[in-house]
Amino acid sequence: MDLSAINPLLFVAGFLVAATPLIFAALGELVVEKSGVLNLGVEGMMIIGAICGFATAVETGSPLLGFAAAAVGGAALSLLFAFLTQITLANQVASGLALTLFGLGFSALLGQSYVGVKPPRLDEVNFGLLHDIPVLGPILFSHDIILYLGFAMVVAVWALLKFTRAGLILRAVGESHDAAHALGYKVVRIRTLAIMFGGACAGLGGAYISLIRVPQWTEGMTAGVGWIALALVVFASWKPWRLLLGAYLFGGITQLQLNLQGAGVAIPVEYLAMSPYIITILVLVVLSADKSAAPASLGRNFHASS
Amino acid sequence: MKLSTLLASAALALGLAGGAYADAHGKTKVGFVFVGPVGDGGWTYEHNQGRLALEEEFGDQVETVFVESVAEGPDSERVMTQMALDGADLIFTTSFGYMDPTINVAAKFPDVKFEHATGYKRADNVATYSARFYEGRAIQGHIAGKMTKSNIVGYIGSFPIPEVIRGINSAYIHAKKVNPDVEFKIIWAYTWFDPAKEADAAKVLIEQGADVVLQHTDSTAPQAAAQEAGNVVTFGQASDMAQYAPFPRVSSIIDDWAPYYIERTKAVMDGTWTSTDTWDGIGPGMVAIGEISDAVPADVKEEALALKASIADGSYHPFTGPLKKQDGSDFLAEGETADDGTLAGMNFYVEGITGDIPN
Amino acid sequence: MIRLEKRPQASQVFSWATPLLAVLATMFFGGLLFAALGKDPITSILTIFWQPLFGDFAFYYRPQLLIKGAPLVLIAIGLSLGFKAGIWNIGAEGQYIMGAIFGAATGLAFYPTESFLIFPLMILAGALGGLVWAMIPAVLKVKFGTNEILVSLMLVYVAEQFLASMSLGLLKNPEGFGFPGSRNLQQYPSAHNAELIAGSGMHWGVVAALIAVIFAYVLLARHQLGFAIRVTGEAPRAAKFSGVNPTRLVLFCMGMSGLLAGLAGMFEVAGPAGQITIDFNVGYGFTAIIVAFLGRLHPIGILLAGGLMALTYIGGDIAQSQLGLPAAAIQVFQGMLLFFLLAFDLFTNYRLRFGRAEVA
Repeated sequence: MDLSAINPLLFVAGFLVAATPLIFAALGELVVEKSGVLNLGVEGMMIIGAICGFATAVETGSPLLGFAAAAVGGAALSLLFAFLTQITLANQVASGLALTLFGLGFSALLGQSYVGVKPPRLDEVNFGLLHDIPVLGPILFSHDIILYLGFAMVVAVWALLKFTRAGLILRAVGESHDAAHALGYKVVRIRTLAIMFGGACAGLGGAYISLIRVPQWTEGMTAGVGWIALALVVFASWKPWRLLLGAYLFGGITQLQLNLQGAGVAIPVEYLAMSPYIITILVLVVLSADKSAAPASLGRNFHASS
Repeated sequence: MKLSTLLASAALALGLAGGAYADAHGKTKVGFVFVGPVGDGGWTYEHNQGRLALEEEFGDQVETVFVESVAEGPDSERVMTQMALDGADLIFTTSFGYMDPTINVAAKFPDVKFEHATGYKRADNVATYSARFYEGRAIQGHIAGKMTKSNIVGYIGSFPIPEVIRGINSAYIHAKKVNPDVEFKIIWAYTWFDPAKEADAAKVLIEQGADVVLQHTDSTAPQAAAQEAGNVVTFGQASDMAQYAPFPRVSSIIDDWAPYYIERTKAVMDGTWTSTDTWDGIGPGMVAIGEISDAVPADVKEEALALKASIADGSYHPFTGPLKKQDGSDFLAEGETADDGTLAGMNFYVEGITGDIPN
Repeated sequence: MIRLEKRPQASQVFSWATPLLAVLATMFFGGLLFAALGKDPITSILTIFWQPLFGDFAFYYRPQLLIKGAPLVLIAIGLSLGFKAGIWNIGAEGQYIMGAIFGAATGLAFYPTESFLIFPLMILAGALGGLVWAMIPAVLKVKFGTNEILVSLMLVYVAEQFLASMSLGLLKNPEGFGFPGSRNLQQYPSAHNAELIAGSGMHWGVVAALIAVIFAYVLLARHQLGFAIRVTGEAPRAAKFSGVNPTRLVLFCMGMSGLLAGLAGMFEVAGPAGQITIDFNVGYGFTAIIVAFLGRLHPIGILLAGGLMALTYIGGDIAQSQLGLPAAAIQVFQGMLLFFLLAFDLFTNYRLRFGRAEVA
């Protein structure tokens, strides 16, 4: 055992990267759930984003265009969910699961000719001197632009929900769609927009995996990140800052586990791999004392006449 | 039965029976059962390449069929049965977990030949085949030992099973031989397939000082991580991963199933097929060593090729004594080579590797 | 202008017609997809839907429908009770795994003793495994008001890790040359959930699924508890007034769904699958959620929906092998089927009105 082998700076920088796909996907789902909709199709939208982003980046040579395409792809798939749940009033749990099934299959069809291709690389942002600051430099100023975008979006969503009228309306719709409707808000339209935002974010998260974190395209490569994102939203009790914290915790535990193994510490890997989920359950129990946390209309469909 | 036979003939009369009987004569029909998608870029991808090579070789004489992403257990049993019912003459089942299902189905179709990859149960119409990847690991170990400057070699394993442990031991023995100071850092990913986790594992190994990373997982994630780090050597796994050559990928172990698939299909065509236990390595070409790039110093490349030649012609066995087990007990005496039984069930590290095998 | 109007009562006609319409729509759009992939659409559709039922080898595929469908139906029946009452157990996959581990471990503990008592003991253990795993979210919900959707989902991942640990450790076959996975229960007569009539596909899991369908039907139609479940789902406030005890209802619905999922896992591991391995679970727990909704949470509907899902799996594999369709195309096809079923379901509860909205 040699714990000194673990470089704390690189460890922290590592889990910032590992957490980024989670941050995107979970942040999108947070907004969706705030509007009172539960979309279990995050995994499906992520994998569609992963292939749309990958294919576009390879074809155009521009990773940034790839990310744009990923957001569009994720949002387009989420429209299917919006149609099912908002227009035809289908059950949200079942629709979300169907979306994941469909997304996994469809992405595989789209990606058939991209297996084994190497995508163009997105460079780190050049911070000049900032990069050379001890400790902070390697942790904070040595990443790609999308990672910072993820961080910025957390701030933006937080501010939107807390300070703006749009955020207030979104929350009102999530708390009581009937009351919001009575006040004259277009519940279906607002929820559809929220769902599309969620899809776009999930798409970005997926593309972060296929273009930066791995980077390559293989079928099913998101390997369950979308499901963890769902857990993360609850873990964060629908608060953007806690979401950020949670994403680092989730990402951090995996990194820590791998680091400890590398340092030769004999750890029961399976049991450590369970721990984020068990911690989430514990957090859920603690949070459940706070009844205001979950949007009251979560998962319930809205129809104007009902 | 009676009703179904009736219905079946009715369906046939209506011309709805599909292609079931279309190929009853002439062509040899070969089925493949795959555990992952053919687009996985690794294990299943290479088996599918073997299938395509088979079609190329025999053209109109063969028809190949495959089903991908077949879960182990009852689903695989059904898919095998279906292929046999559809008139397959030879069926390759390409995952360890298909072992018992293959035996079960084979018992019901004595005239159909089955070939199970990586298993140990055989029958009159069930042969087994596997590749001696550890031979390739020996060459990787040699190059790794020569090329590491930090003397830390990282190794990403999937699950702690004999196949993976054998590879670790083989690589370690040969790295140690050329570089007594070498140390192996081993990370178990505990997944067959999760590219993001493989990427993380590679990054962690690099962060902890490894400047050579060997992998027993199939994604190119470690290559990308190495490229980013700039000075880290990697090897392609399962497929050549030439898109990362000449550096960081300096060589590779390629699963080349084509020669075997062609040979066994030929045997079925000729009526000479018998149940065999094939465990082929570099010599017969089941394990191919991808081109050693110019990033490797010329003398090291030469040694590696010499090692490859000696393994290929059988004059050298990667597990040749004297070797001790990790706990210090004797494994192989001077000049003794490990027998296949020991290799197949290998569940211990050789002396010098630190850390324990989980469980 | 078109608008929706809620029907005072769910339409009987549409509740039977929409699944048929959905299947037809899926065939049409699926056919387009297959044509786009360069396959003959009519042959493709026939291969998926016709071959397993009436093709040349239907004598083999029909029993396979039972084997593939039984765990789906068994789990979905349990889930539907909770879903009807607004209790969302989506962690059946984990309960299925735990049932299989408990069941297999019980059987293997007696290896190689032969006794007719072993199999019943395994059934009890399997049920217990699923029950225990489902009671975690249930008790947390009752005690602390914790969201059962998320807790049950989290426990799936915990169970999967536990499964990996068991197949590599405690339950590993000592005669398996170091490979992961337990002994094969098919080769241990006292523990083997064999077909009751060889070649019929009927094993105890199928019997249990059929019993569960009847049990759920009677419960919902005739029993006080069934009334409590229905009324809680439809009008939670009315339920409170009519004296329904919500705590008991949560414990019952979660417990029952866990128990049935555990049984499904146990029958699967002792029968068709045979052994505990790292990849033992193949998603029945999640697919069963879809089956429950496709079946409109009605026991008979679930039976049919389970059969339909099993059909697309079996037919899909045949289409892959005979026509060279990629597995992904089958997945998309199944996704389409679900989309259409969910979308058309609208007409069961709503009707379309043309013309201007009346003033309410």
